[in-house]
Amino acid sequence: MKVQNVYDKRGNAFKVILKDIAKHKSLYMMFLPAMLLLLLFNYLPLSGLILAFKDVNFKQGIWGSDWTQPIYNNFIFLFSSDSALRAFRNTIVLNGLFIAFGVFFEVSLALLLNEIGNKRFKKVTQSITILPYFVSWIVVGVFAYNFFSTDNGTINGLLASLGIPRVEWYSKPAAWPFILVMINRWKISGYGAIMYLATLTGIDSSYYEAAQIDGASKWHEIKYITLPLLRPTIIILTLLQVGKIMNADFGMFYAIVGDASQIFSSSDVIDTFVYRGLKQTGDIGMASAAGFVQSIISFVLVISSNLWARKMDKDSAIF
Amino acid sequence: MRKGKISVFSIASYVLVTLFSMFCLLPFLMVISGSLSPEKDILKYGFTLFPKSISFISYKILFLDANRILNAYKVTIFVTVAGTFFNLLINAMAGYVLSRKELKCRRFLSIYTIITMLFSGGMVPWYIVCVNYLHLKDKIIALIIPYLAYAWYILLLRNFFQSIPDEMHESAKIDGAGEFTIFVKIMLPLAKPALATVGLFAALGYWNDWWLGLMLVDETAKQPLQLLLRTIVSNVTFLQSSPNAAMMQQVSATIPAEGIKMAVTIVTIGPIILLYPFVQRYFVKGIMVGAVKG
Repeated sequence: MKVQNVYDKRGNAFKVILKDIAKHKSLYMMFLPAMLLLLLFNYLPLSGLILAFKDVNFKQGIWGSDWTQPIYNNFIFLFSSDSALRAFRNTIVLNGLFIAFGVFFEVSLALLLNEIGNKRFKKVTQSITILPYFVSWIVVGVFAYNFFSTDNGTINGLLASLGIPRVEWYSKPAAWPFILVMINRWKISGYGAIMYLATLTGIDSSYYEAAQIDGASKWHEIKYITLPLLRPTIIILTLLQVGKIMNADFGMFYAIVGDASQIFSSSDVIDTFVYRGLKQTGDIGMASAAGFVQSIISFVLVISSNLWARKMDKDSAIF
Repeated sequence: MRKGKISVFSIASYVLVTLFSMFCLLPFLMVISGSLSPEKDILKYGFTLFPKSISFISYKILFLDANRILNAYKVTIFVTVAGTFFNLLINAMAGYVLSRKELKCRRFLSIYTIITMLFSGGMVPWYIVCVNYLHLKDKIIALIIPYLAYAWYILLLRNFFQSIPDEMHESAKIDGAGEFTIFVKIMLPLAKPALATVGLFAALGYWNDWWLGLMLVDETAKQPLQLLLRTIVSNVTFLQSSPNAAMMQQVSATIPAEGIKMAVTIVTIGPIILLYPFVQRYFVKGIMVGAVKG
């Protein structure tokens, strides 16, 4: 009797859904293109994660390729490869630096822009700081070359005019974390400041008026009013970025570092490592194992950072 | 708010913001300067903020190879226009469906969309799916369709459609309009601000994209502008394979390699710089409303 009931309910639920689809046929049809595209370009590749356990053969594809013997064979190679471990380390270190400097630059820029009374000046300077966001990484790669090329680079030109010998930047790994942070800040600071500026303009000016009556200095206003009110935005935006710490910006590294293997020790990241395995060296087994580890860690980080962000502010997490 | 009083802090703000703006602008000025400098100046002084003397030779030589540049422009313009159009259509339809509360599967479809923002299969499986199963290699649509459906745009548009009062929908329904007609004739015009923002993001994405070209398109004739830039920058001798190589020789005995790299960069970012002042404010507004809710 009971079993029968459950069965009925399930059958009913299914019927209800079918009925709903029949009733709103044209609405459901409108979702179909997006559904198919997400299936092809997101869900199908997701099933391809099993490639990490296979002996990848292009002709046989994802499901046809043979399993490796032993099943974790690709991972043995991955974890014994110095350049793979290096790529994982660099990804986390560089993204960590980008996030830390990012918060500092973006919050500072927003505070400074907020302080500017001349509307025209504010508008023009804000537009200029967002401009770099609009050019591709390939173009940024040319910009970087302008500054750091050994023979004609501006930096070396300046050094030479000061009587300091030229530096071969593209073979000095130690300099690149700094250079990459600088380029990252150049490109994204203005864009990143927009969110903070939006929060700042929403702050009730009566807080500041009260503080001024009490004789608070500018610094005190920032420390005791502005920053505490910005805190939730800062924490949430940072959390969401930490969730993506395993994913390097492929475009940035591909366009700026490229094939300069002499600086790989400080600037080769997982995404460029996987790309080389896939398209250049043909070591697809190791590339897919690296991608697998990246996906799994990313998944855990994204979920936990979003749950945490949601705890702080229900509206800011993606789920 | 703080009337009349010029504080140290506000002076410092003006100074620091000016300095940072100059830092942002500097590379652009250097590339313009480089593209206008004679090669011998670049080789002697390096890249400088202002050209020591003006020469248009780099541009002249570049335009002798105009066919290939125009072709890459055509590819990029086609990809940007068609891509942005279908991107808007598909994501707006999906966002609209997710905003209709009467649908029983709404929650399921939302989750289906959101999952794609959380999990990624990574580069290798994606590549194999595109090449082996979808046969996108060396097809021009390969530069468009992988980016068409995008969860972030869908949710952004859904939020906007949710903010439109239900009465709009109901009164149209009473008038006997079908769902698709309501969507096209009533909802899309109301959603113009959100469509402008998403359209701008999508267009910028397509214009600046080279990842799809790099992964999927090897034929030079089908490569977008950004990839041509990369090809010329990494290998200037590429220009000597032009049918006009002999004429290039007449303009300049040796190819001004450095100047040309700069000139081709300017040709690539030109349209963006020109359009930037007009589109920039939609962009800023868009990010401010773009905080996605689940």
